[in-house]
Amino acid sequence: MFIAATIALLVTMVLTLVRALLGPSIFDRILAINSFGTKIVLLIAVYGFLTNRPDFMDIALVYSLINFIGTIAVLKFFEYDDLGSGAYQEDDF
Amino acid sequence: MELLVTLVLLTFLVAIVIGIIVLRDLLAGVILLGLYSLIAAGIFVVMDAVDVAFTEAAVGAGISTILFLGAMSFTRHEQKPRGHDSLVTLVFVVITGALLIYGTFDMPHYGSADSPAQTHPQLAQHFIHKSINETGMPNIVTSVLASYRGYDTLGEVVVVFTAGIAVLSILGLVRRRPEEEAPEDAPGDLPTITQDGSEHNV
Repeated sequence: MFIAATIALLVTMVLTLVRALLGPSIFDRILAINSFGTKIVLLIAVYGFLTNRPDFMDIALVYSLINFIGTIAVLKFFEYDDLGSGAYQEDDF
Repeated sequence: MELLVTLVLLTFLVAIVIGIIVLRDLLAGVILLGLYSLIAAGIFVVMDAVDVAFTEAAVGAGISTILFLGAMSFTRHEQKPRGHDSLVTLVFVVITGALLIYGTFDMPHYGSADSPAQTHPQLAQHFIHKSINETGMPNIVTSVLASYRGYDTLGEVVVVFTAGIAVLSILGLVRRRPEEEAPEDAPGDLPTITQDGSEHNV
């Protein structure tokens, strides 16, 4: 059963990767890459159960956190063209 | 099954790298690079190198993505069309890659029982049996990293710390540019006039 889940995850990763590479707009790419990061987390979890060593679940959790931070950074850069200063105007929001 | 997962993930890496090379959009390239590091970290997890995977995910996918984005706020979002020198670059890259692959032939195979670390008479037994008494750490890998080769790890930490200070001193000193100034006039930009006088409309 875990083998089927692993193969299904790999196929899904192929689909999201195609969208990330072909995506016409930047939002397609960001959404595809965020989804791909989730698939990586799921793959690590499923693979841990597949090899009877589900010890790497905490690694998967950290990956999901890093994926989230990366997505937030990319979206903030896309909105403001900047990352460093927090001194945005009131009408920026 | 492990071979299948590793091969598929490595194929993803090749596809992403080709995509990064082909794409002119730098923002897409940056987020694809973050994805590359995340997949590489996944491969490390599959190959049981969890600590390396942890570092790769934190540094490659997390910090360098944000670092590239910070650098991109000084430049434009599109890559300039390349000149004629890309063929020479390709030759150098292929030669360097071939040398690196040639260098791996001297290394023991993955999981090999004949590697020097395994065939040394006392080394593995010493770490397995005595590291808990000598260092007091339950994890053998951590005891080797933080105690037996602690000075090496200290050197690595100094290097990473210095790099972090340098990055902060570069990024932290920059003020946000005024609102009316377009990104094309950002201070880090190169002039858009090429040598033959034509102007690129990116």
